[in-house]
Amino acid sequence: MAEIQAKGGKSSPRVDLTAMVDLGLLLITFFMFTTTMAKPKAMQLQMPYKDSLMTKEDQNKVKADEAMTILLSKEHRIYYYEGIGDDATKPPELKVTYFNDKDGIRDVLIAKKKKIKDLIAQGVLSTDDQMTVIIKPDETSTTDDLVNLLDEMTINQIPVFAVVDITPVDKEFITVTEQANSGQ
Amino acid sequence: MPKPKLPRASTTIDMTAMCDVAFLLLTFFMLATKFKPDEPVTVRTPTSVSTDPIPEGFVQLTMDKAGRVFFAVDNLNAKRDLINKVNEDKGLGLTPGEMEKFVTGSAVGVPFSELKNFLAASHSQQSDLLKKAPGVPIDTVFDYKTNEVAYWLTATRYVLPEARFAIKVDGDTPYPLLKKITETFAFLKIFRFNFITDQKGVPEGTDLYNEMHGKSTK
Repeated sequence: MAEIQAKGGKSSPRVDLTAMVDLGLLLITFFMFTTTMAKPKAMQLQMPYKDSLMTKEDQNKVKADEAMTILLSKEHRIYYYEGIGDDATKPPELKVTYFNDKDGIRDVLIAKKKKIKDLIAQGVLSTDDQMTVIIKPDETSTTDDLVNLLDEMTINQIPVFAVVDITPVDKEFITVTEQANSGQ
Repeated sequence: MPKPKLPRASTTIDMTAMCDVAFLLLTFFMLATKFKPDEPVTVRTPTSVSTDPIPEGFVQLTMDKAGRVFFAVDNLNAKRDLINKVNEDKGLGLTPGEMEKFVTGSAVGVPFSELKNFLAASHSQQSDLLKKAPGVPIDTVFDYKTNEVAYWLTATRYVLPEARFAIKVDGDTPYPLLKKITETFAFLKIFRFNFITDQKGVPEGTDLYNEMHGKSTK
């Protein structure tokens, strides 16, 4: 059409480029947004060093006061107890929580962190002691649970944490707690 | 001004230059965009507050809900060396064309016994095959025969010593399946790796939030 008109000699052969520029800029915007948003992030994870040659003496002993053990179980349920649960005569008291924003595992961790700070202030723990969280996912937990919990470590800035295998003793704790709760 | 001002000045602006710039930028973005590589399976990644980008030239293990493992390397040169080495070691008898398909392809999700057939297929057929592929065999036992993922990882480290490892695991994958990967890593003395996650916001009032916003944690 423009050509025909141009041949007529009346109007200039210039085409209105506004729409084309609009389209170009729209596409640019699209590409800019998609490029930045499609990039997934990576969460770094350091697993505990595992070596069959490692002796018992080499392994760090975690003080019961600074430690908290978290067991991940089915239906995104979290069981936790203070200490590392190595005292057979005094089985730890398991508590249940969930990944809620309110009254969930985060509040538990914040409370524990505060408690350790107080203990350091009172001189019960030395200033070198750090809060340590031991994470034990059981067979029924999912990747979501683990990643969410690891994320809570970052969110609450917990310096030391480790993902370790669940022990039969811990499984027993869960079963006992489950039975006690269902009996009520 | 040498010329007298014309009385009928048009209000239209010459858009040619603007149009050129717009399309130049468009071309730049289109070429600079690295499209997400074809994912063999749909994986719903978990979310985390991490903002770290995925390391360059990473080695990725993808695991879906059922625990099928797919292996991918994001480095074309390393891939070329890798498939050459695998071909020799395992005596797969791959043709150069099939090896090239490994280099340009996205992920591998079949045992070595099926690798030749898999690589013989075209890329579009490959993505169909991957939908029902059994995945690379993996185990918690460190044995190159049954744990082929361990073999792939060792071979990758051989051709690419500085390899970084990233795992992408579906959020609904049960922990015992995820453990197969972490155990395999542990055998290979890889203790530091990355979880590929989607980003989520940092909850307000937490220590990390306070740090990021320059508030004291006390």
